[in-house]
Amino acid sequence: MTGVLDILWLIPALPLLVSAILSLTPARVKGGAAPLSIGALGLGFLIACAALAEAVSDPGQVRAHNFTWFEFGSSAVKIGWVLDPLSALMLVMVTFVAGWIFVFSIGYMSHDENFTRFYCFLSLFTSAMLGVVMSNSLLMLFACWEVMGLASYLLIGFWHHRPSAAAAARKAFIYTRIGDIGFLLGMLWLYAETGTLLLYDNGAGCLEANALTQLAGAAISTGMAASTGIALLLFCGAIGKSGQIPLHVWLPDAMEGPTPVSALIHAATMVAAGVFLMARIHPLSTATASAKPIVTATAPANATAQSAQPAVRMEAAPKSQAHAEAAAKPTEAGGDSTSSPTLTLNVMAWVGALTALLASLVAVAQYDIKRILAYSTVSQLGFMFLGLATGGPAVGVFHLLTHAFFKALLFLGAGSVIHGCHEEQDIRRMGGLWRRMPATFGTYAVGMMALSGVPLLFSGFWSKDEILHSALAWSGSKWPFALGLVAAVATAFYMTRQMAYVFFGPHRGHPAMYEQGHRIPVTQPHESPMVMTLPLGVLAACAILLTVVGTPMWPWLHSVLSGHAPEVRREVSVGVLFAMLISILAAGTGFTAGWICYMRRRASGFNDGDPLQTRIPSIWRCLESRGWIDELYKMSFGIWTAAAGRFCDWLDRIVLGGGVRMIQNAALATAWMGRLWDEFFLNGGFARGCEQTRNSADRASLVQNGQIQRYLRILAGALALVALWIIWK
Amino acid sequence: MPTDVILWILGGLILISAVMSLALRNLIHCALFLMVCFLGLAGLYLHLNAVFSGLVQALVYVGAVGIILIFAILLTEGGGTETGSHLGSQWRTGIGLAVLLAFALLGAVSNSPQTTQAARHTEEPTVREIGLKLMTDYLLPLQTIGLLLTAAAIGAVVLAMQEPKPRKDETP
Amino acid sequence: MTFYLALSVLLFCVGLAGVLARRHAIMALIGIELMLNAANINFIAFWRHSSAADDLSGMFWMIFSVAIAAAEAAVGLALVILVFRHRRSVRLDELESLKG
Repeated sequence: MTGVLDILWLIPALPLLVSAILSLTPARVKGGAAPLSIGALGLGFLIACAALAEAVSDPGQVRAHNFTWFEFGSSAVKIGWVLDPLSALMLVMVTFVAGWIFVFSIGYMSHDENFTRFYCFLSLFTSAMLGVVMSNSLLMLFACWEVMGLASYLLIGFWHHRPSAAAAARKAFIYTRIGDIGFLLGMLWLYAETGTLLLYDNGAGCLEANALTQLAGAAISTGMAASTGIALLLFCGAIGKSGQIPLHVWLPDAMEGPTPVSALIHAATMVAAGVFLMARIHPLSTATASAKPIVTATAPANATAQSAQPAVRMEAAPKSQAHAEAAAKPTEAGGDSTSSPTLTLNVMAWVGALTALLASLVAVAQYDIKRILAYSTVSQLGFMFLGLATGGPAVGVFHLLTHAFFKALLFLGAGSVIHGCHEEQDIRRMGGLWRRMPATFGTYAVGMMALSGVPLLFSGFWSKDEILHSALAWSGSKWPFALGLVAAVATAFYMTRQMAYVFFGPHRGHPAMYEQGHRIPVTQPHESPMVMTLPLGVLAACAILLTVVGTPMWPWLHSVLSGHAPEVRREVSVGVLFAMLISILAAGTGFTAGWICYMRRRASGFNDGDPLQTRIPSIWRCLESRGWIDELYKMSFGIWTAAAGRFCDWLDRIVLGGGVRMIQNAALATAWMGRLWDEFFLNGGFARGCEQTRNSADRASLVQNGQIQRYLRILAGALALVALWIIWK
Repeated sequence: MPTDVILWILGGLILISAVMSLALRNLIHCALFLMVCFLGLAGLYLHLNAVFSGLVQALVYVGAVGIILIFAILLTEGGGTETGSHLGSQWRTGIGLAVLLAFALLGAVSNSPQTTQAARHTEEPTVREIGLKLMTDYLLPLQTIGLLLTAAAIGAVVLAMQEPKPRKDETP
Repeated sequence: MTFYLALSVLLFCVGLAGVLARRHAIMALIGIELMLNAANINFIAFWRHSSAADDLSGMFWMIFSVAIAAAEAAVGLALVILVFRHRRSVRLDELESLKG
C-alpha cells in the first residue's frame, strides 16, 4: 500500500546478499567485508526507520504483503511480510544494535584470520533475524528461525579448533532443536486446524478473529483448546531459543563464541526471538472460548480506537489489548484482571519467573565475566516472558528492546575488557581497571545500572518496573511476582559484584599469569581503540535515552504496540508508584548487599575466596556449579539416552543382526549347496568327461610320435596283413 | 636259354645293387649302387623290347634323379659317412616286416591264376607313334604331368632357396 | 611273367626294408625310388605280355610314373636340404616335431 511496505523486503535481503558475496570472497581479502556489511545494515536501518514512522503514524493498522510461494494441488503456500509497530520496532532495534556490533567487531576481530568469514556469518545471522521479525507467515518465520540457529551454531563454533567451542556449538544446536520440534509440531497443528500459516491475511490469517474463534472452540480429548495446545507447542520453540528452563543450559556455554557474537546473538537479538515469537502470537495464547464475552465487553472501548482504521487490523486481539491496557492503566483494568489467565499464560509466567530467579542466583557465583552476563541474559529473558504473560506484548517487548541495548552494551564492554586484558575472562584476574580503561568503565557502568534497575534515568528500570508491576497486578498468582522480585535483588547484587571484581580493587592479573607460565611479556591492560569504544558510547546513550518511550507518564510504546495513538498521561496511579517503590527497594537492597560484600572488603588476590563462599559454602557450591543442571541432565536424560542407545544397539546387533545373519547364512548355505552340486556333479561329470577325452587323446597321440618310420612300419605291417588275408581267404 | 640267362643276370644285378645301395654306410656309394640298379632296370626294359621306356629310365633315373641325390648328399652331410649307427632304432622290425610282406606277396604271386603266358611282343612303337599318342589320346595326362613337374620344380627351388636373412624367431 | 612279378616284389621289399631300417632321410628317398621302380617293372612287363600290344597304356603309365618320381625326388630332396639347414641333421628319428 505504500512505498515502504514494498521495499521492506530489502532489509533482510541486503545482509543476505552481503553474506553471499562474502562467502565467495577469498579469506585473504579482508578489506571489503566490514564496510560492506555495515553499509547494508545502515541502509536497512534507514528503511526500518521509515517503516517505523509509517507504522507509528497509524499504530492499530497491520499492513501485510502476501504472495504465493508455491502451490501443490489445490492449496497454495503463501508467505509474506508484515509491517506493524511490533515488527517495525524490532527492525529498527536489530539493524541498529547489529550495526554497532558490526562496528565493534572491526576492532575486536581485527587479528583474526577468518575476518571475512566472520562477517559473512554475522550478515547471514542478521538477515535471518530480520526475516523472523518481519515475516507474516509462521512458515517463513520458522525457516528464518532455523537459519538463525544455523548461524548461531556457526558463530559459537567460530573458533572450532577449540574443543570446548565445538562442543558448545553442538550443545546449542541440539538444545534449540529440542524446542524447535515443539515449534514445528505446533505449526503443523495450526495448519491442520486453520489451513493457513499466514498471520494476517485480511481476516483469513490465523491470528485473526475467525481463526482464533475456531481454534479456541476446537478442543482435543483432554478438554484443552486447540489454541492452547498450539500456543504451548510454539512456546516450546521459544523456550529453546530464548534459553528458558529447562532448556537454558546451552546459552551460557554459547559464550565460547567471539564476544561480539555473544553480544549480538546471545544477548540482544536471537535469544529475544523467542520472546518476539510469543509476543507475535500473543492473540493465540490469550484466545479462550470464554473470551467471547470479554470481547463484547471491551468492544466499545476498542471500537473508538479502531473505527478509523479500515484495513487489516488485529481485530482478534482484544484480550491482549486488554492486558496491555491493564498494564498501562491498572486502575481501569480491574475488571479484566478478575478473569483468570489462560493455561498458556500461566505456563509462560511460571517458566519466566523461575528462570529469572534461578539464572540470577547462578550468576552470583560465576567467575567468568561472559558467563555472568550469559546467566544474566537468561534471567532477563525470564523477566520478559513474565512480562509477556502478565502484562501483554507491550510489557515484554519493552523490556526486550531496552535489554537488547544495555545487554549488547554490557557484552561489548566485556569484550573490550577481555580484549584489553589479553583474552583474560576470569574476573578474579582483573580488578582496578577503571583507571586504565575509563571509557569502557563508564559505558559499562551505564549498562550495569540499566540492568540492575537504577531508578529514573535508566531504561532498564522502567521496563523491569513495568514487568514487576504487571506481575503484581496479575490475576493468576502472586508467586511469580515474588520470584521476580528476588531475581531483581539478585540482579543488582551480581552486577555490583562483577563491577567490584572487574573495575575496582587492585589488579590481580600479573602474578597469576606468570604462574600459568605465560611466555609473552604481559603488558598492562589498555584501553580499546576508538572503533570499539564508539559503539559502547552509542549504546550507552541509547540505554539511557530509551527511557523516554516507556515511562508511565508517556507510555508511547505501549500505546503504539496496543494499536492506540500515543497520549500523555497526566496522573500516575498509586499502583504504579507502589510498584516503582518496590523495585527501587529491590535494586537498593541488591546494591547495598553487593557493596557490603564486595566493595568494602575488596579481594586482593586471585586465590581469595569469595565472601559468600566462606559464609555459605554449600549453597555457593550449588550455585557455582550452576545448580548441577547439566549434571542432572547427564544423569537423567544422558543415562536414559545412553541406555536407549545401548538397547537399540543390542536390538540391532542381536535381534536384527541375528535375523540378518540368519538370512545371510541361509543364502550362504544355499550358495554352498549350489556350489557343491556344481563342483561335484556337474563339474565332476564334465571334468571327468573332459579328462577321459584328454586321456584317450593322449594315448592316441602316443602313436603319433612324429617318427615317420614308425608310421611306415605300421603301414607296411598293415599291407602285409592285408596281403596275407587275401592269400588265405 | 639265353633269354632266361640274361633275365636272371639282370634280376640278380638289380636286386644285389638295390640291397647294396641300401646297406652301405657311405651315402655316395649308396647313390652309385642305386644308379647301377637303375641301369639294370633299364637293361631289363630293353630286354622286354621297350626301348623308349628303357631310355627314359636311363636318362631320368640315372641321369637326373641320381645326380640330384648325389647333390643332396653332398649339400647335407658333406658326403661323409654317417656318425653313429646308420640303422634306425627299430630296424629289425622294419626288415622283418619287409620280409613278411615279401613272403606274402610272393605267395600271392605264386597263387595267382597264371593268365595265358602271352608271347612277348617284339614290335615296338616308334617315337612318332608315341608322340602322336601323347598329343592325342594322352594329351590331358601330359598336360597334367607337365603342370605337376613345373610346380615341383618351382616348389623345389623355393624350398631349397637360401634365405637372404634367416629370421631369428623361426623354429629350428 | 612270374619272374617279373617276383622281381618286382623283391625289389619293392628291399626298398621298403631300406625305408624302414635306415635313419638317413636320403636313404629313405632312395628306398622310395626303388619301390617306384618295382612298380614300373610291372607296368612294362604286363604291357609287353598283354594281348593288345599296340595299346601304349602301360608304357605311358611307366613314363608318367617316372615323371612323378622325378618330381617327388626333386621336392623331397629340397625338403631334405631345408630340414638340414634348420636342424643340421637329416636323421629321421630326430624329426619328431609333429608328434602328438
